[in-house]
Amino acid sequence: MLDELLQPDQHGRRRNQFLTFFLGQEEYGIDILRVQEIKGWNGATAIPNTPDYILGVINLRGIIVPIIDLRLRFGLPEARYDAMTVVIVVKTRGEDDQERTVGLVVDAVSEVYDLSEKTMNPPPELGCSVETDFIEAIANLEDKMIIVMNVDKLVSREVREQAKKAVQAAGAS
Amino acid sequence: MATILAVDDSPSMRKMVSFTLKEAGHRVLTAENGEQGLELAKAEKADLVLTDINMPTMDGISLVKALRALPGYEHVPILVLTTESGANKKLEGKAAGATGWLVKPFNPEKLLEVVAKVLD
Amino acid sequence: MDLREVLESFFEESLEGLDLMEQELLAMQPGAVPRDVIDAVFRAAHSIKGGGGAFGLQHISDFIHHAETLLDEVRAGRRTMSAELIELLLASVDCTRAMVRAARGGEAFDADQVEAVRRRLQAALEDGATAGHDAATPAPAQAVAGWRIRFVPEPTLIGRGNDPLRLFRELAELGPLTARAELDRLPDFEALDPTELHLSWTLELAAPVEAEEIKEVFAWVLDECRLELEPLPADDGGGRSAGRTETQGAHCPLPPAGGGGGGGTESIRVSLDKIDALINLVGELVITQSMLNAFGGDLSERSLERLRDGLAQLMRNTHQLQETVLKIRMLPIRFCFNRFPRLVHDLSVKLGKQVRLVVSGEDTELDKTVLEHISDPLVHLVRNAMDHGLEMPEERRRAGKPEQGTLALNAYHEGGHIVIEVSDDGRGLDTDKIRRKAVERGLIAPEEVLPPQQINNLVFHPGLSTAETVTDLSGRGVGMDVVKRNINELGGDVWLESEPGRGTTVFIRLPLTLAILDGQLLRVGGEIYIMPLNAIIETLCIDPKAVNTLPGGRRLYRVRDQNIPIVALGEVFGVAPRARRLEDGLLIVVDAERQRYGIWVDELLDQQQVVIKSLKSNFRNVEGISGATILGSGRVALILDIPGIIGLWQARARTPRLGAA
Repeated sequence: MLDELLQPDQHGRRRNQFLTFFLGQEEYGIDILRVQEIKGWNGATAIPNTPDYILGVINLRGIIVPIIDLRLRFGLPEARYDAMTVVIVVKTRGEDDQERTVGLVVDAVSEVYDLSEKTMNPPPELGCSVETDFIEAIANLEDKMIIVMNVDKLVSREVREQAKKAVQAAGAS
Repeated sequence: MATILAVDDSPSMRKMVSFTLKEAGHRVLTAENGEQGLELAKAEKADLVLTDINMPTMDGISLVKALRALPGYEHVPILVLTTESGANKKLEGKAAGATGWLVKPFNPEKLLEVVAKVLD
Repeated sequence: MDLREVLESFFEESLEGLDLMEQELLAMQPGAVPRDVIDAVFRAAHSIKGGGGAFGLQHISDFIHHAETLLDEVRAGRRTMSAELIELLLASVDCTRAMVRAARGGEAFDADQVEAVRRRLQAALEDGATAGHDAATPAPAQAVAGWRIRFVPEPTLIGRGNDPLRLFRELAELGPLTARAELDRLPDFEALDPTELHLSWTLELAAPVEAEEIKEVFAWVLDECRLELEPLPADDGGGRSAGRTETQGAHCPLPPAGGGGGGGTESIRVSLDKIDALINLVGELVITQSMLNAFGGDLSERSLERLRDGLAQLMRNTHQLQETVLKIRMLPIRFCFNRFPRLVHDLSVKLGKQVRLVVSGEDTELDKTVLEHISDPLVHLVRNAMDHGLEMPEERRRAGKPEQGTLALNAYHEGGHIVIEVSDDGRGLDTDKIRRKAVERGLIAPEEVLPPQQINNLVFHPGLSTAETVTDLSGRGVGMDVVKRNINELGGDVWLESEPGRGTTVFIRLPLTLAILDGQLLRVGGEIYIMPLNAIIETLCIDPKAVNTLPGGRRLYRVRDQNIPIVALGEVFGVAPRARRLEDGLLIVVDAERQRYGIWVDELLDQQQVVIKSLKSNFRNVEGISGATILGSGRVALILDIPGIIGLWQARARTPRLGAA
């Protein structure tokens, strides 16, 4: 059933509710259907030889789930870990068609918005920066702007890039 | 994924079944009658056999009987594809050794559901 | 092929079928129709009906269904082919054709005409109507909370590919299900026919469904079982059966089908004797439990002894149960070896070499997952041996060897591992050539002196293997390094021994199971890791006098007459250890690819059996880590992959030299 929900609707009908969260000053949104749960920070087991923003893995009811700190990922300063730190657990489907459950650490969860197609604008061309290719759209609300994130792309890229780096590291031999 | 042998005399049914199952990641062997089906089954072990009942040269019921007598196919799930009007065909199929049946007409979703059920 | 194409083939085929029906009907004389003619006409109608439903053209399917039924009755001799019937069938052919053409071209058809013919068909059917439906089951009078289902299959039920578990899983989709197996029909072990089913079940389904829905689940097997349905009253959903006592039985809640959890489900074919062993163990467990229960009310000192015995028995049972459950995943390596006679035959013809294949140890069991993943590396090794190892007949003759070469596959258990050997009596590896290449590629320094076997094993190195071993036979650029990587990913290691002129043997050592592991918990800095117990040869306290430091910083530790490299785990993983000096930590001596290493850690903690979980399913493979597990505290601990760690350590040690070169 979940699979069905995760299938992007051709007509975009189901895909217009977004959970937003803060990273620094910016408000980001992700498709609410991707959100499995929101939980507090309770530490993680570090994975060796991974970038600092891969905080490690946690036990989510018997399943091993990796945690990515989006604040560190986007180079924001002062990522604190305390009772207020929030982990958004999302389901993603990668380019390899593998479904992955991943926890994203953010500053704070904000709201749930209905964003209609009309308010969504394609992201501006920012040159060839790979840092922006997971931005799906920019939604302009009356008083603010929400950066709509494609979690599939984001996570898929982390996993892929890291795999590449790991191979490079090993290949250095 | 599983290897599925689909036997039906109708090319379009064969295509539909094979298209649907391949999309679902299975390997599909097709035959247009019982005789061919039996030959294929001998050449390669299928994990599941789907067979129409009404076919020229060798019908589905004879195929089921022949398959059950074939070493390696004693426990392989075999489903007969039958029509509602053929209620007695279901039982005839069962008596011949079929695992169950799939009532025609069926759509791809139903097919996948039943296939998943027996391959589980 | 896309769906559009499939659909087009349906249209074509339907129109052809309709043409055929038309021809035959036009040529048909009222009265007795030849069997083959009526069969052919029926089949055409049948195919269109089946296809129509499959392609979402339900109206076509529904319409021709009537004609098909009439034809079927003629076929069965229940109806005679009259002139009116022929005319009516011809009219339905016309209507069907119109509908098919309309669907193909996206046009409309004359619905009124179709409706008129449909009414005539229906009237004709009612005219000679045969027996009606089966007597319907009486609907439950009131809302029920659930059902108690007694399911007594005939022993032959599983012979036709029906599996009670599948039925139960389907039932569990309707609601929470508990299953109780009854073993009273189980014959003595000697009399047991493993292809027969001797169990029966009482199931309780806590869902207010219609009886029909339950019967639907059992539809395929209704003729091969006794099925009794008893509604459970709404107030007492749990339904405790007061009068009944279970002397023996397994009571286990089934997980709801399709429930969450890690990804796709895989199935395994389990031999019945393994299941029977399990059932027996569960039976014993139940007896032990009831024995322990009996003490519950009487906790006097006298019963303490017996309580202790009971607990010991419970532990024994649990342990056996666990072992037996794990055995379910074990399959003989025969399943993998089976494909090689054909492969070797085909290859020997293609290469013009004479090869005898000798297979032994094919009953050696290993985990299904390991089995599935070992096949490709083995194929590669066999191809390599045939391609490069074994010589052409005349070359063998010149070398004084029999023209026919021998390729051997062998498998056996060793400790907690399975070892698979692929050996040939061919020319052996060219150690000098490998050495030259390795120096060329900077893998070893020109002045470095290494034993020949160590040089030979460099063929598994990514920097060396691919370029040297790719031929059309060895496959699409997949070299020995990939074989090694695949095997490492399974938590195993691979190495080879080769003798010039005598042949080469490749050894693959793999863990028996990927499901569970006897682990040694250890600590480095603040991190807890788990090392597979069977990787550990010994653990040493460090005597600083036995440590030697090589130029470049590598340190060796002298163990008896051997100098083994010290691999600081914290350094490899980028974790700061608590121990400041070597002697403050411990050295765990391990074996990787037949070489010894000392892994330096802060301290050892408990040993425990852990359930292996994948890192890959939600993340990816991590070098040096084979998986993860969840500790009693609920925290995740990573499981170490020794060959991976050694690889990382070697890469680390080599990088500066490469940079300097």
